[in-house]
Amino acid sequence: MNLRAKKVEIVVHGIFLILGLITVCAVILISFYLLIAGIPAIKKIGLIPFLLGKQWSSTEMNPQYGILPFILTSIYGTTGALVIGAPIGFLTAVYLAKVASDPIKKIMNSAVGLLAGIPSVVYGLVGMIVLVPTIRVGFHQSDGANLLAAIIVLSVMVLPSIIKVSINALEAVPKEYEEGSLALGATPMETYFKVSIPCAKSGIAASIVLGVGRAIGEAMAVIMVSGNVPNMPSLFTSVRFLTTAVSSEMSYATAGSLHQQALFSIALVLFFFILFINALLNICLKQKKAR
Amino acid sequence: MKKLISLLVVMILISVSIIGCAKNEKIVSTDGSTSMEKVIGSLGESFESEHQGVSFTYNPTGSGTGITAVSEGRCDIGLSSRNLKSEEISKGLVETVIAYDGIAVIVNPKNPIENLDLETIAKIFKGEIINWKEIGGYDSEIVLIGREANSGTRDGFESITKTVNECQYRQELTATGDVITTVANNPNAIGYASVASIKDSVKAITVNGVVANEESIKDGTYQIQRPFVLVTKADVKLSQTAQEFYDFCLSEQGKAIIRKAGAVPAD
Repeated sequence: MNLRAKKVEIVVHGIFLILGLITVCAVILISFYLLIAGIPAIKKIGLIPFLLGKQWSSTEMNPQYGILPFILTSIYGTTGALVIGAPIGFLTAVYLAKVASDPIKKIMNSAVGLLAGIPSVVYGLVGMIVLVPTIRVGFHQSDGANLLAAIIVLSVMVLPSIIKVSINALEAVPKEYEEGSLALGATPMETYFKVSIPCAKSGIAASIVLGVGRAIGEAMAVIMVSGNVPNMPSLFTSVRFLTTAVSSEMSYATAGSLHQQALFSIALVLFFFILFINALLNICLKQKKAR
Repeated sequence: MKKLISLLVVMILISVSIIGCAKNEKIVSTDGSTSMEKVIGSLGESFESEHQGVSFTYNPTGSGTGITAVSEGRCDIGLSSRNLKSEEISKGLVETVIAYDGIAVIVNPKNPIENLDLETIAKIFKGEIINWKEIGGYDSEIVLIGREANSGTRDGFESITKTVNECQYRQELTATGDVITTVANNPNAIGYASVASIKDSVKAITVNGVVANEESIKDGTYQIQRPFVLVTKADVKLSQTAQEFYDFCLSEQGKAIIRKAGAVPAD
């Protein structure tokens, strides 16, 4: 390698390094900003009253900043979405990875891809116009915008990430394992459920954790179907999530007020949720590597 | 390689030129009502685009704070979404109404209710009347659709009906369009939205027998409305730029912008 080529090599190397650092910087910047912006309000309100307070009323003369309703709603909503979405997504993945014939596989794969690409505001709009009135009529409620509507919308939204990652995990199972099982006289279904799925366990777990991340971070679609009132959650009351609590009031909060700081604190709590989920994801993936 | 270098050079040049542009000499500062955000924002935007080198600032703090700010000389023009009180006028402040904000009460077209008075509306939103049959409608629960806390429309509606922080909403939506869609889809729903944005998919009821339209809002017979006011000091002359903006708000062009922003321009 001559000197000129070496120089070019070093320059290009540097450019790539800078580009890579942009991502890292963004993460560090956001994390620090959230910590700095989120802690003052928690200090003023107190960690326990903030996290376990049942009343959120930011515009009253004596404002209350308790976010327990939001935390519980986010947890219930995400759990509900997974209870519905995870089995559907997981079994779809098994079907697509192992059972389906090629043409069906092609069509269904592109449908899943399309589902992943639909903007969340469209999910919200369809939910608002189709799902909410259906729930109102179907369950004889006076209004259909409630936790159940949000759960159903979220359960559809988590499908693509669960299906795609599970398929990858199932397809990575070595052919020899399955062939061995078949040769021993197991039926194809027995093979899939007793050999392939246990082998792909950690990948499937990762896909579900990814789904949790998608559900807990969603704001636009749920704000349109959940009613957005800070009630303690139950299936048929209108509720507000952690994400929507931030987004629905952020544009109005006066800069520097306790109200705005409290919204940043909500974002911080959400951030910790996501960090926890990411840690869980890493554990899942590490187990997969360890095999 | 050459391409990459030239790309970098171009990028640096662009960023330098952007930084170089951000320099303004003349400023119009406004401070006050959050409800006027849309109207004053659109006015400021077109004013800026027509006057080179002028920068327009708007500090959404609330009517009271805006009035204090202008009386203390912290801004050129104060913004208020209520008329000045007599003690504020006696302090030497002058009000100029530029527009009226009318808020329509909307129900589903299937709802037989056509008219309500202001008190009944307040009772409905406070949760004292919970079934439509109590006021002559079908036997079904009333579903209250409102806007999120801090919304200008919600603030306007609640302060006029005297229900501030007492409304028992079933849904708090973040956009006028969402309120209209929700009311259009639920026969039990009642909500409110600015008069300019009402569509045929919902029915605007009459309040004390008065239909909400431009005339009834202007002459004050439609009650759920409030003025948008520019507040200035009587004894202090506005800076030339601020005066230009003030005149711009009252011009024909300004009126068109106000109408487009969803309010009724004053004469």
